[in-house]
Amino acid sequence: MNAERQDAGSGARGTPEDLRIGVYVCHCGSNIAGTVDVEAVRAWAETSLRDRGVVVARDYKFMCSSLGQELIEQDIREQGVNRVVVAACSPHLHERTFRTACENAGLNPYLCELVSVREQDSWVHTDRAAATEKARAIVAGGVERVRHHEELRPLRVPIHPATLVVGGGIGGISAALELANAGYPVYLVEREPSLGGHMAQFDKTFPTLDCSACILTPRMVEAGSNPNITLLTYSEVESVSGYVGNFTVTIRRRARQVDEETCTGCGVCWEKCPVNVIDTRFEAGLGYRKAIYVPFAQAVPKYPVIDRETCTYYLKGTCKACEKFCPPQSIRFDQEDEILTVEVGNIVLATGFKLFDARRIPQYGYGRLPNVFTSLEFERLSNAAGPTGGRVVLRDGVTEPKSVGIVHCVGSRDRAYNNYCSAICCMQSLKFAHLVREHTGATVYEFYIDMRTPSKGYDEFYQRLLEEGTVFIRGKVAEISPGARTPEEDGKLIVHVEDTLAGRQRRIPLDMVILSAGLEPQEDAKEVAKKFGISCSYEGWMIERHPKLDPVATMTEGVMLAGTVQGPKDIPATVAQGAAASARVLGRIQQGEIALEPVRATVDPSMCSGCRICNDLCPFSAIVFHEDRMVTEINPALCQGCGTCVAACPAGAISGTGFSNEQILAQIEGLLMERVRHPAELEAVPA
Amino acid sequence: MSAAAVAAKPRFAMYWAASCGGCDIAVLNTGEKILEIDAAFDVVFWPVAMDAKYRDVEAMPDGSIALTLFSGSIRNSENEEMARLLRRKSRLLVAFGSCAGEGCIPGLANFSSRTEIFDAAYESVSTDNPEHLRPLPSVTVPEGELHLPEFCATVRTLDQVVPVDYFVPGCPPEPHQIAAVMDLAMAAFAGRAELPPAGSTIGAGHSTVCDECPRERHAKQISSFTRIQQVAALDPALCLLEQGIPCNGPATRDGCGALCPKAGAQCIGCYGPAEGVVDFGARLLSAFASVIDAGDPASIDRVLDGLPDPAGQFYRFNLAKSLLRAGRAAWAEDRKP
Repeated sequence: MNAERQDAGSGARGTPEDLRIGVYVCHCGSNIAGTVDVEAVRAWAETSLRDRGVVVARDYKFMCSSLGQELIEQDIREQGVNRVVVAACSPHLHERTFRTACENAGLNPYLCELVSVREQDSWVHTDRAAATEKARAIVAGGVERVRHHEELRPLRVPIHPATLVVGGGIGGISAALELANAGYPVYLVEREPSLGGHMAQFDKTFPTLDCSACILTPRMVEAGSNPNITLLTYSEVESVSGYVGNFTVTIRRRARQVDEETCTGCGVCWEKCPVNVIDTRFEAGLGYRKAIYVPFAQAVPKYPVIDRETCTYYLKGTCKACEKFCPPQSIRFDQEDEILTVEVGNIVLATGFKLFDARRIPQYGYGRLPNVFTSLEFERLSNAAGPTGGRVVLRDGVTEPKSVGIVHCVGSRDRAYNNYCSAICCMQSLKFAHLVREHTGATVYEFYIDMRTPSKGYDEFYQRLLEEGTVFIRGKVAEISPGARTPEEDGKLIVHVEDTLAGRQRRIPLDMVILSAGLEPQEDAKEVAKKFGISCSYEGWMIERHPKLDPVATMTEGVMLAGTVQGPKDIPATVAQGAAASARVLGRIQQGEIALEPVRATVDPSMCSGCRICNDLCPFSAIVFHEDRMVTEINPALCQGCGTCVAACPAGAISGTGFSNEQILAQIEGLLMERVRHPAELEAVPA
Repeated sequence: MSAAAVAAKPRFAMYWAASCGGCDIAVLNTGEKILEIDAAFDVVFWPVAMDAKYRDVEAMPDGSIALTLFSGSIRNSENEEMARLLRRKSRLLVAFGSCAGEGCIPGLANFSSRTEIFDAAYESVSTDNPEHLRPLPSVTVPEGELHLPEFCATVRTLDQVVPVDYFVPGCPPEPHQIAAVMDLAMAAFAGRAELPPAGSTIGAGHSTVCDECPRERHAKQISSFTRIQQVAALDPALCLLEQGIPCNGPATRDGCGALCPKAGAQCIGCYGPAEGVVDFGARLLSAFASVIDAGDPASIDRVLDGLPDPAGQFYRFNLAKSLLRAGRAAWAEDRKP
């Protein structure tokens, strides 16, 4: 121990009058007490840590219970305890509980430290003696740390009542409507020319077989006409700055080349447009649209857009058929993109998913074998408003299939692609089986690994399909090939599969195969995460604040999640999450202001030499460099206290409130039990 | 000069423990200032400059030396004994230079155990030692018993052995900074100035070398590190770190005037950690790691390959004072009873 550090912990010798530490060790039923001798830890803390300022140590079955909290409150009131160490679970779970207990008893909540003897001790060890020893060390660390705690006050910031909802699928629409119907302004931003998202492309929804458009379009119309919703379709968020309550968002409104003020959506322009373009987005490549178009008949808003990549005027400088025939003269070839800046208090991200690209599994032949379809293609085929008018036919456009196979888990539950289950494919595949039979009467085979039907009415739907005569083969399809061996196989797709229930390899000749492709994060998920200052998983699913108890918020205050942006889920779950996200936002708005954690990074300008190492690191863009003074500063309202810059600052000029060098080094010393094990040796070092 | 006048002058001592002697030379290198020092102080003990015996120091009353500049780290029992003796005799004890303050180059021996060090010193190919002799603390010869100082398990800094009043960093401290420290001491002893708070670092700045470095700098992303001797041409005006040269300036205390970066060489950190830095090596490592532009393990490894000697890069001057203090071998020996 060097003498300088000894100084840092001065006041160490003897018990300073003003430090009265209470230690509370939780049994957590048998969660902790099963592995740690809680009573021994308590007794040890009371005696061995007395000279470190501990005046009382207690243990209790459940510290988080009201009675447990009352123990702490009582000691603060009656014994003058002014620092609290709770040895229990992770701060993630109960830090707030114990801080609130301290506050109730009149103690600044930041003078309380929760140390984990459950997640970091009892749950990860089996040796009772060693785990008890470790619990002592963890408690000693907490005691040394609270000695350096200071009273902190939360920062209070006002909340702007408007909300940005990003993504105009059913998740975003649901969130926007909840907010707007509660009377608050919403900016609903959608990248495509119309609201609707994937749901607009579907024919039916499982398990009720409701017509997807029939239930979606009323919600779209409502969103389009609600006076509280500013609809920004064909638009993208360019940048986000600010913090909860006060975000500034810039949005690029791409030029539609159509004047929305005068356009009536009559459709003359796309009737007259001579350019036919294969519609790879809405029609999944099965149909055509024009160069000026609305993606589908019920599009909201009703205004078309001109696709500048294919429009003859933009390619050759002539044509202008749409302009000539437009009754209200609404075509604007010279319209430019517009950059909007809006102020919002909260953000709901509902940017959805993308479908797994089935071409990535070459042995399934999609893109090579014409009669292998993707799930989205089938949705368009079976849709009455789709390119075939709802006729389920082979790629030739006329022949009805007599036998159809549906392959589950394409790109899901597969180590080569995605480990996760895409959650919706089983039900979607069952729906397809029903629709195929309804439309064609063909024999349908379902190739599945496991049948997953866990929601309301889902398994009943599966039972119905079993009764309808669909053939279920449990096994993962190895290959789909055109190689016929017998005359009956001629011209058919051969599905090679191991029937694991029959225990043999099978070759099943079929006219048509539908690949039930899994869900993947959007292509630009990682950039979106960075733009909004939140985290996403390795795959690109956005990470919620807590997987069970807070699946709506993110670790960034003021940014919520709705729908498949967070992970694969079905329509009811998406709608529910959209509403839940809005409820959270509404709660915030109603509060009027929000208390931010006072854990913040600050720069000591006298120590900052402007080396600029930290400048690019802040995930919340809270770092500003002042060229004139050559120093860096941190905006305390933007800072989320993550500590990235604190760790990076080579000069030690940035410190994190609540995580000072003294606090962390003292905690480490405590963990190493330096002062407990060698008190004599330490005292011998003169300082 | 009358005896009374001599007695009235404050007494000055300077001592070298495990060091190269450069700090003593640096004091002598202050030019005419040395005459002023001589005029203001009664120099009672300074082995490099004058003859004196340890017993003379032992004979002095405790606290009778006003100011002792102690250079060098604590490598053996003699160093430790002198540290304790001079602490007792001095009112102000200054850890002078990098060795006394943070262990410096001798401190790098803390990566090795005593046995490994002796193996290197007494059994190397260039050493003729057929009887495999090793130095022993005491040895009996026909003429009587001979004593050598005991070689400690680890190198320690002065303040790890005795309390220290001030620290003057540098390997060695720059002459203008030494002059400033001596001016301050002389003024304080003459009652014309206040001494800074005990434990402070004096003769240096409170920020980092970057503060004194004129090179232009930007927000950083480093895609590779290169040793400076392998670079054909450097941008003379741009931050060395941004050019992939592992410059220690961002974590190093200012005060030298950014001599090395101004001359086109990277800072190696001889002025020790900046005011807010507890562990120089860990700080700098963490700072470098924060700005490495590499997304996957393979490219991270490629960047790190540009730092072939991490111990020398990050702990050249400060291993003994760092939180690590020693490598495992030396640490294990240090912990032996």
